[in-house]
Amino acid sequence: MKHLLSTKDLTREQAVALLDIAEDMADVSNREVKKLPTLRGKTLVNLFFEDSTRTRVSFELAAKRLSADVITFSAKGSSVSKGESLKDTAQTLAAMGADAIVVRHPASGAPHVLAERGWTGAAIVNAGDGTHEHPTQALLDAFTMRKRIHGTAARGKALDGVSVAIVGDILHSRVARSNVWLLASLGASVHLVAPATLMPIGVAAWPSTVGYDLDGAIDARPEVLMMLRIQSERMNHAYFPNEREYARQWGLDDERVARLPVATMVMHPGPMNRGLEISSVAADSYRSTVLEQVASGVSVRMAVLYELLTGSLA
Amino acid sequence: MSIVIRGAALPDGTQRDLFIDGGTYAREISGTPRHVIDAAGLLALPGLVDLHTHLREPGFEQSETVLSGSQAAAVGGFTAVFAMANTMPVGDTAGVVEQVHALGEAHGYVTVQPIGAVTVGLAGERLAEIGAMAQSRAAVRVFSDDGQCIHDSLLMRRSLEYVHTFDGVVAQHAQDPRLTIDAQMNEGVVSGELGLTGWPAVAEESIIARDALIAEHVGARLHICHVSTAGSVEVIAWAKARGIQITAEVTPHHLLLNEELVRGFDSRFKVNPPLRRDEDTHALRAGLAAGTIDIVATDHAPHPPEAKECAWAEAANGMVGLESALSVIQHAMVDPGHLTWTDVSRVLSVKPAQIGRIPGYETPFANGSPANLTIIDPNAKGEFTIDRLVGKGRNSPYIGMALPGRVIATIHNGYPTVIDGQLLDSESVAAYAKESRG
Repeated sequence: MKHLLSTKDLTREQAVALLDIAEDMADVSNREVKKLPTLRGKTLVNLFFEDSTRTRVSFELAAKRLSADVITFSAKGSSVSKGESLKDTAQTLAAMGADAIVVRHPASGAPHVLAERGWTGAAIVNAGDGTHEHPTQALLDAFTMRKRIHGTAARGKALDGVSVAIVGDILHSRVARSNVWLLASLGASVHLVAPATLMPIGVAAWPSTVGYDLDGAIDARPEVLMMLRIQSERMNHAYFPNEREYARQWGLDDERVARLPVATMVMHPGPMNRGLEISSVAADSYRSTVLEQVASGVSVRMAVLYELLTGSLA
Repeated sequence: MSIVIRGAALPDGTQRDLFIDGGTYAREISGTPRHVIDAAGLLALPGLVDLHTHLREPGFEQSETVLSGSQAAAVGGFTAVFAMANTMPVGDTAGVVEQVHALGEAHGYVTVQPIGAVTVGLAGERLAEIGAMAQSRAAVRVFSDDGQCIHDSLLMRRSLEYVHTFDGVVAQHAQDPRLTIDAQMNEGVVSGELGLTGWPAVAEESIIARDALIAEHVGARLHICHVSTAGSVEVIAWAKARGIQITAEVTPHHLLLNEELVRGFDSRFKVNPPLRRDEDTHALRAGLAAGTIDIVATDHAPHPPEAKECAWAEAANGMVGLESALSVIQHAMVDPGHLTWTDVSRVLSVKPAQIGRIPGYETPFANGSPANLTIIDPNAKGEFTIDRLVGKGRNSPYIGMALPGRVIATIHNGYPTVIDGQLLDSESVAAYAKESRG
């Protein structure tokens, strides 16, 4: 693998191999000295055109645990906000000798443009592009699911037959897109739940089923219930009447949590809007994987950086 | 100026010598001709007319000028282009349209016929001085806010009525603005996957249907710019069957390219209206073949490199099209058998001139008619390369694509602008133009 731009580009074998590498990386994180010398002398640039403390810190930590040099280039207050183009930024970083660029950008496809226009030879990792994809999030979600289901026997396994319901703003969610493609490759069955206003036209062609009814999805006893964050700006564009109605129809409230099967895990990519898409009881229950997802994030990103910069997979 | 063209095939398949003298076709010429063009094995078409070109001057000369755009037109086989009004200042007064017209006349590569803005500043609020533009030296007959849709229904009604007063036509950019906020590509399966905000077909089709009904009610002519969807073809067919005075254009790129090309986020493929589904390209080809869509127009939209070297959402809309139009039409329409060369003459010359009310294109090749023609080699093969672009824009979606046909010569008002596939220099052409004006 040269770049990680989309989970759509990953074969099942590549995905399982990445998750297995992440297992090894998770072991490192549990040791007293949480550091490997693997990427010593390599330079990683976190190029963030959009604020995201969580993802940036997670990549930073992942790179540092592999002994890479990490530079964070935040667009706010930099030459980028003074009108420098993506091309000039990329060429500047290439001239400084960046081996990998982790890019977060508000425009869908920006990492593809960086990877394919020849402005830089660095490996490009998509850390979230517009409403397109967020592949490391999907990998860490799959890693978390696999670990919950298989525990220490997770290595080598995919997610065959696991039923996953994803609830919320599918239309604007890069997390949902990356998850749909990756979970399909890993053999899981995915059901999407949202009001029609937050469902993309053409979603019927996705490798998933689609419904409007959260209660029906809960009654179908999914093994995983993934709640997506509702962005406040959606409220202003008539996607739904108001927060109260959204929470009533598509929020995971206490009553709905109680109806879930005992083993169903509740996931959320964070940051959560407690009381809107997820209740505090749900977020803090034993079902919630929210903190495991954060820990998995570091392991998965270590695996991705290791793979892209040392290149063991085909 | 006298020219003899030997052995050219005409669009109907007949073959004959063409004699040009004093700007028009003649039965024969006296004395030695200034140019003799051996056109054996080549095809003569009437000079192409583009009803939809962006020449960018005044105001955006880094993208294109009247001169560079005229040169791009000439190498593409065009002898007349209609220049859209979205310049800076906007072409919404007699002064601006006369300036553009005069520049075109002085350069001489093609007839530059300005299009007037319908509303002041293309703002969609109040009518521009349409009468003054119509009666100016530019004699404007096509009015358009292209780039913006005249979306207010009452203003559209008034526009149709008022433009009709001066024997003009409103060329509508059919795009419901509320249904296309931040739109980046055709709305459908691909936009859903790529997470790009969709531009639904209904935003075009609903405006065409509304405007057709308004045009019927007020008895005015209506022209639809860059029709891009199968549904639009159906709506226009319905309007024509009802007797409404509606004409429509399709661009070469909407006939050949589809939304699958967006998957690589290559902004050369970003255009408004967006590339649609494969089904739409087929419906557009059928609509053009059936005459539901009247003409082909390029929507030539040059941009400087920095407007395209960025993320998709940040990139400008538009593609250059003058240099490639005829090759694309041959590839998409003629070679597969949808159009004959006589049809091509109609959709790229006779009909656009008629819609835009420019004289001299009614009877191609007839003795006494103005000699506007292009001579092409339809058997030429090969890749469309960047050196085929002679305008300022390099934003062509066809670079690297195999496209048939080459323009060998272009003759405008009886003097050459392209010979042996080479553009003539601007001094010579300006001198020919001056001589022809007398």
